[in-house]
Amino acid sequence: MDWLSFIEFSLIGIFSGGLLSLVALGFVLIYKGTRAINFAMGEFMMLGAYLIYTAHSWLGLPLWLAVAFGLAGICLTALLVERLVLRPLAGQPVVSVLMVTIGLGAFLHGAVDAIWGGRNLEMPQMLPRKPLLWGDLLIPGPIFWSFWVALAVIAALSLYFRFSRTGIAMRAAASDPITAYALGIDVRRTQQLTWVFAGCVGAVAGTIVASISSLSPALSATALGVLAVVILGGLDSILGVIIAGLVVGWLESIAVGFFGGKARDLVPYLVVLAILMVRPYGLLGTRDIERL
Amino acid sequence: MNLSPVLSVDDVHLRFGGIRALSGVSLQVAAGQITAVIGPNGAGKTSLFNAISGFYKPQQGRMVFEGRDISHTKPNVRAAMGLARTFQNVALFRGMTVMDNIKLGGHHRMGAGTLQAMAYWGRSQREEMALREELERDVIDFLEIDHIRHQSVASLPYGLQKRVELARALAMHPKVLMLDEPVAGMNREETEDMARFILDLQEERGMTILLIEHDMGMVMDISNHVAVLNFGQLIASGTPQEVRSHPEVIRAYLGAREGRTPAAQQG
Amino acid sequence: MRIGDFKASYAHDESLLTTPVQRSWMLGFALLVILFPWLGANYLTYLACLTGIHVIAAMGLNIVTGYAGQISLGHAAFMGVGCYTVAFLAKMGVPFYLCLPAGGLASALIGVLVGIPSLRIKGLYLAVATLAAQFILMFVFREWDGFTGGVRGVNLPPAELAGWVMDTDPEIYYVIMACAFVMLLGARNLFRTYIGRSFIAIRDKDISAEVLGIDLFRSKLLAFALGSFYAGVAGGLMGYFYRAITPEHFTLTLSIFYLAAIIVGGLGTVLGTILGAAFMALVPEVLRGIVSLITVWAPDAMALLSPMREMVFGALIICFLIFEPHGLVEMWRRVRRFFHLWPFKT
Repeated sequence: MDWLSFIEFSLIGIFSGGLLSLVALGFVLIYKGTRAINFAMGEFMMLGAYLIYTAHSWLGLPLWLAVAFGLAGICLTALLVERLVLRPLAGQPVVSVLMVTIGLGAFLHGAVDAIWGGRNLEMPQMLPRKPLLWGDLLIPGPIFWSFWVALAVIAALSLYFRFSRTGIAMRAAASDPITAYALGIDVRRTQQLTWVFAGCVGAVAGTIVASISSLSPALSATALGVLAVVILGGLDSILGVIIAGLVVGWLESIAVGFFGGKARDLVPYLVVLAILMVRPYGLLGTRDIERL
Repeated sequence: MNLSPVLSVDDVHLRFGGIRALSGVSLQVAAGQITAVIGPNGAGKTSLFNAISGFYKPQQGRMVFEGRDISHTKPNVRAAMGLARTFQNVALFRGMTVMDNIKLGGHHRMGAGTLQAMAYWGRSQREEMALREELERDVIDFLEIDHIRHQSVASLPYGLQKRVELARALAMHPKVLMLDEPVAGMNREETEDMARFILDLQEERGMTILLIEHDMGMVMDISNHVAVLNFGQLIASGTPQEVRSHPEVIRAYLGAREGRTPAAQQG
Repeated sequence: MRIGDFKASYAHDESLLTTPVQRSWMLGFALLVILFPWLGANYLTYLACLTGIHVIAAMGLNIVTGYAGQISLGHAAFMGVGCYTVAFLAKMGVPFYLCLPAGGLASALIGVLVGIPSLRIKGLYLAVATLAAQFILMFVFREWDGFTGGVRGVNLPPAELAGWVMDTDPEIYYVIMACAFVMLLGARNLFRTYIGRSFIAIRDKDISAEVLGIDLFRSKLLAFALGSFYAGVAGGLMGYFYRAITPEHFTLTLSIFYLAAIIVGGLGTVLGTILGAAFMALVPEVLRGIVSLITVWAPDAMALLSPMREMVFGALIICFLIFEPHGLVEMWRRVRRFFHLWPFKT
């Protein structure tokens, strides 16, 4: 591979990484808030995209209204999920919660497949298609702009958690629910909010992915590739997944450049295994200490 | 009688980041005796036990068991060598019956191969049956738990759970038995029962026992030797009578005479 | 009501079937299994074969996840390893009674490799590691044309025993049932011994287990090896059953299917494995029956079968985890208790 291609693939990889970080953020939010990995993340992404598509292409709503509609639908779904599925399992071992999100994912995936069918649909255009030409380098438009959208969302959420009262309350409840209760924080509300945020993040990410490729139930499978980002960055570190997203995005792109498209199916999982063997808690994750 | 100690802890230092759990603790455990480790909460008693068991690796110091240096031995190997313990918060296996929990104590003495085990044939069957008979005879009868042997441990009252944990430790054929707060949370009767069991183990079977306890009455009654920890340091060591009237010990438990606590003095 | 259930020796107490009633039920069930192909339609025999394969695979997963507490999301991939190994050997003329153990051993080896991370990580992290292994192995299945035939897959010759060629369902049924019986008995025996107990100890409190002298690493690896061995044999039997195998037979969906089966049936029990596997094998068939009825009114209903299956599948996992986390086996035990105590209530 020549130097120019290498730079091009690298840049594309880094820009794609923004979207990976965004999806990873969804995982991190749930983990920080509830100590569980949400295997239904991909299905939230898929559902969000389908709702926006339906609002725009079937109901004819203008794009901004369709997005609002989609996000509202996802919020409702997240609230229902938290109330009906997660709340009954409070206090159960983490394995059970993990399994229930797997079941939830299967249920949502089947539902979407049943309602909308399995064929590929075309999302309304959300991001400018025009590619960027920097000298001899060509960066596809949607990938470039997805990076900035992802960055904006991540920045907004980080500021929210840092400075707003609810955000701080959520962080407190996540790290020590009992003390948070004692201080008057409504831990149930924060858990609901956590799911709502994660769902919305997923919906935004899913919409962008669908507009870059196409909309079909298979969209939900992309979330599993993001596990590499989550593990590398650390399950509970927002900064970690930002860095990790860029790294993994770059790695995937370079691998595709060298070995062809199939590498995308393999690289994330090799990364996962490598990190788990060497440094399981990732770059910036907190180490679990077991009290004897 | 001056026998060399069966277990000795030499100048052990244990730190977690900035917290000094143990600072230069040394302890000799004589064979066939009951040694108690006491001290206020947070003094480092359970950390000491965990260091001896092998979960915590002290930064400095050494532990010798029956003449062998075990400072770098893995916990399961130390168990096979004869070091058994119970836990402060009962650590029984909730998914199993009392019988199965106790049988687990015999794990390190079993050795049938996997295929034999799956066929429950030959050596596997023989050693399982032998284990069962031995446990019924030596452990279950002794601790009077035959009426609950097939019950799930999760359904047992706390006092019985502690007894089952003791049974499991006995099933290991230990040379040194470490008991972490064996009568915590028990009423008068249960405490007396447990004290009787511990004394019987020492007198009838010559077992060496190391125990952590807060119940001063029981400690003073049954121990041959007492060591006192405070803030990770050994502040006194001797017979129960010596320790009871030791000024440092009184200060650690009750505070200094002038009204300044040890904590304020250190800070 | 059960009365007079006394045992006169420890050996009796330790045995698997302790009462005459239990023994006669077991005998009746065995007779049913042996005579089944003569009693039912061909389609039922087909279902029974599939159930038998599922039971063996689910038992393997129960050993790793249910008893030893190591979450494994890569079980289908281990079946694939076994299946392709068996296909490779069978084509060279190796008889099935050697191929199957060989397939099991190949899977066990891969299982041990995948289980190595369990030394340092557990719970969620281990689940993710096994998930990664599932995807990596899928990639190998699809790309390694020489061994696996790539995306097109392989064909297997039928199982053969001294000239008797088993290329119909009832014939392979007996092989499958015999394997299932032996392997289930082996698993049940295992948990009567110190090895099985050590698995449960690791699941419940692995720090306690270490203090009792259990070598955590060796035990975890042994659990993975055994679980994968079972998966490999099940995969091999699947090969002899379907005779044409592609990588799509061993997807993540199948791994999740087995996880659902053991949760629905009951984690950490042999009876639960049987109930769960049978239940999960029958649910799609019942669903298909319902949908064919509906096609009378809505002719397009058949297209919905696949997504509906997924929805039911997901709903089952969710409902069982919320309402009956100990699975079908717990419901079964409640029924038994009722009959043992009747006419008393407790």
